[in-house]
Amino acid sequence: MSVIINESRRGFLKTSVLAGGGLVVGFMLPGAARFAAAASPVFRPNAYLRIGSDNSVTVLCGLSEMGQGVHTAIPMLVAEELDADWSKIRVEQAATDPAFKNPIFGLQATGGSSAVRGHWEPMRKAGATARAMLIAAAAETWKVDPASCKTEKGEVIHSSGKRLSYGKLAEKAGKLAVPQVATLKDPSKFTILGKGAKRLDTAVKVTGRAKFGLDVKPPGMLTAVIERSPVIGGKLGSFNADKPKSVPGVKQVVAIPTGVAVLADGYWSAKKGRELLEIKWNDGANATLSSESIRADFAEATGKPGLVARKDGDIAAVAPAKRIEAIYEAPYLAHSCMEPMNCTAWFKGGELEVWASTQAPGLNQVVLAQLAGIAPEKVTVHTMYLGGGFGRRFAQDFAVDATILSKIAGAPVKLVYSREDDTRAMFYRPASVCKFSGGLDDAGKPVLFSARSVCSSIAQAAQMPFEKGIDSFAVEGISQMPYSIANVQVEWAQKETPVGVWFWRSVGHSQNIYFVESFIDELAVLAGRDPFEFRRAFLDKAPRYKGVLELAAERASWGKPLAAGRFHGIAVGESFGSYVAEVAEVSVAKDGEVRVHRIVCAVDCGMTVNPDIIKRQMESAIMYGLSAALHGKISIKDGRIEQGNFDQYAILRMGEAPRVDVHIVPSHEAPGGVGEPGLPPLAPAVVNALFAATGKRLRKLPIDPAELKQA
Amino acid sequence: MRLTLNGKKISVDVPPDTPLLWVLRDTLGLTGTKFGCGQALCGACTVHLDGAAIRSCTTPVSAAEGKRVTTIEGLSRNGEHPVQVAWQKVDVPQCGYCQSGQIMSASALLAKNPHPTDAEIEAAMNGNICRCGTYNQIREAVHAAARMLRKEA
Repeated sequence: MSVIINESRRGFLKTSVLAGGGLVVGFMLPGAARFAAAASPVFRPNAYLRIGSDNSVTVLCGLSEMGQGVHTAIPMLVAEELDADWSKIRVEQAATDPAFKNPIFGLQATGGSSAVRGHWEPMRKAGATARAMLIAAAAETWKVDPASCKTEKGEVIHSSGKRLSYGKLAEKAGKLAVPQVATLKDPSKFTILGKGAKRLDTAVKVTGRAKFGLDVKPPGMLTAVIERSPVIGGKLGSFNADKPKSVPGVKQVVAIPTGVAVLADGYWSAKKGRELLEIKWNDGANATLSSESIRADFAEATGKPGLVARKDGDIAAVAPAKRIEAIYEAPYLAHSCMEPMNCTAWFKGGELEVWASTQAPGLNQVVLAQLAGIAPEKVTVHTMYLGGGFGRRFAQDFAVDATILSKIAGAPVKLVYSREDDTRAMFYRPASVCKFSGGLDDAGKPVLFSARSVCSSIAQAAQMPFEKGIDSFAVEGISQMPYSIANVQVEWAQKETPVGVWFWRSVGHSQNIYFVESFIDELAVLAGRDPFEFRRAFLDKAPRYKGVLELAAERASWGKPLAAGRFHGIAVGESFGSYVAEVAEVSVAKDGEVRVHRIVCAVDCGMTVNPDIIKRQMESAIMYGLSAALHGKISIKDGRIEQGNFDQYAILRMGEAPRVDVHIVPSHEAPGGVGEPGLPPLAPAVVNALFAATGKRLRKLPIDPAELKQA
Repeated sequence: MRLTLNGKKISVDVPPDTPLLWVLRDTLGLTGTKFGCGQALCGACTVHLDGAAIRSCTTPVSAAEGKRVTTIEGLSRNGEHPVQVAWQKVDVPQCGYCQSGQIMSASALLAKNPHPTDAEIEAAMNGNICRCGTYNQIREAVHAAARMLRKEA
């Protein structure tokens, strides 16, 4: 496989020799302008690969490490084509620079399970280009034909047996012209990709040395907490800061657009000061808002036509022999990253320096530059390790307020959200109501599938474009319904409320695949067919879905007798270019308490980088999905979010964690994402198993044991 | 306020009701111990007080006066405690934020129970939330660490 770096791109490919001797290779990643406003105005040369004269190979990773393993996967892509010695590979977080734009977003950001999908080729090209230059350097040294040289584990080897290490060649290679052609390996020749490797970030994470955003402390830093209106959208009336100011360590109390901030010499004094604030809020119109009022509003909207996102055949013309209707519901959900939101900002007048656990340093740079009234290149964003991301850290709230506070204080300020602040910060997976209608013909074949989804728009919240009037996040997972059904209609009705919505692990798929795969189960029951066989029969035009479905069923011994009181459920879904099927094994106690014993997962994510990490990511998404299915619910009463800490917003704990077995389908397809696709099939697999166990169809999450209680 | 921190006698001048967590993090700069909830609900802030696992976010520093406090930084010199070695062998951490607390809970468990069953591990570790869901790896690593500790003994 050869990739021509064309004429117009040639200028983007740069090398330079390090002061200490070594080779640096970098070239501009191609951009795609999903965030038009974030387009970079200037090109700057950059480096994401550094070979030291000590043979060390350092990969600079512009993506954010939030647990998904990108600090290992990106180096593996480079190392494969470089023929590097994996034991010599190091990784460093890169600066925020246009060169590290994620090709899928057009700006430096990590999310949407895009890291490997977006960098599969560019990072391999970086490695391949460097390798070609090292070969050229060796050939020149030996006065031989480069074609007579090969590379292996960090050395160039001539056909005569002569060898030179990359470290010895680095300085010379750095002075050579950059080749225009980067020859990439055929995947059959991979020695690193697809083989599995230990993570590069483990040692710092078992010793407490890994630096997260919350661990930053520039000299003279103040710590800030913000008291926000308890009622969504409430406005500040007046406040008295006398008592907070009497707390030792409290330096300043200021009103900012989002609330009243207390700045102190540390978190504890800031928090104590905040507790003593006397504030009069004007609650405004939202003081009567409740989950029930929102739900009623959404449910009503399912009775009216929405915008058509997909239309096959004619749902009005078909007359099924058997027909069912069902309304499904999913709640608002918080991300609950273990590291509460925080950001440290230091506004120095003409320049701004920011340290953040952020998924979108490129966006931070643009947004904060605008806020501070300075050019983006005057904003330095240091991406720290992220204590969880899940979409939440794409948001700008913490960075914006930290910047405002630093400007006011004239000092570096670390803004810290308490757990309660974090839970109530108005970035939720949208609550959603979806009405289905389905029908079978005389032979039990599905001939009708209609879905009308009602929810708020994430695209609108994130200022992203709609497609033909529709927010694709709202219908993803429903519009792609893969079963062979002649008459399909998918509609969306947008309902905005004062409750803020945001990207949450697997986004729209998180609720929509629960809806679809539960309703398909209902159709299977209506047809009197085994849920696996029913799906399999009508996935005849969706081979990758069918492949994972069959593999999961086989590995779970679907259809074979289970231990007494155990039941199986199955579901399948595609998201971010990867196909995942899961079989859940559950039991239900007399009082309705649910126990999920085991999940068997099959994934087809195309060509793989690191199967070990893929398996862990599937398992991680399964646990995250199970936490939501069993416990996840943000509710609103009197305009206030009812949940605050983990006693009210429960998270899955070890005692509830099922055994998870993950099986990867060998594939030559383009790589898909792995951070999110394991999540969507989890809830329907569990709920379908609960139906098998109890005969009760749970059309609302989270799972309510009261509905499963045996009389 | 005097206490022994990671084997060294220290004294700190802070209000006695300040949680040990913030003394460690903000006053002493030991950031390996994490803030997760502030209410002893997640275990991210777990440290050892005279060898027992405690939640430093709700433990006032006054409760540590005259006692021995061990944090992740003091568990071993360079990650060679059997629990840390096992964590690396199993490659447990994902985002890693909760793992200091997980490791401190696990090492306190193994110090008094060198042969824990799955149920005993769950009982000891159930107070530590991992949002990445590494629970099965944690359980595996605790068993692995227990095997190493028994060999050392």
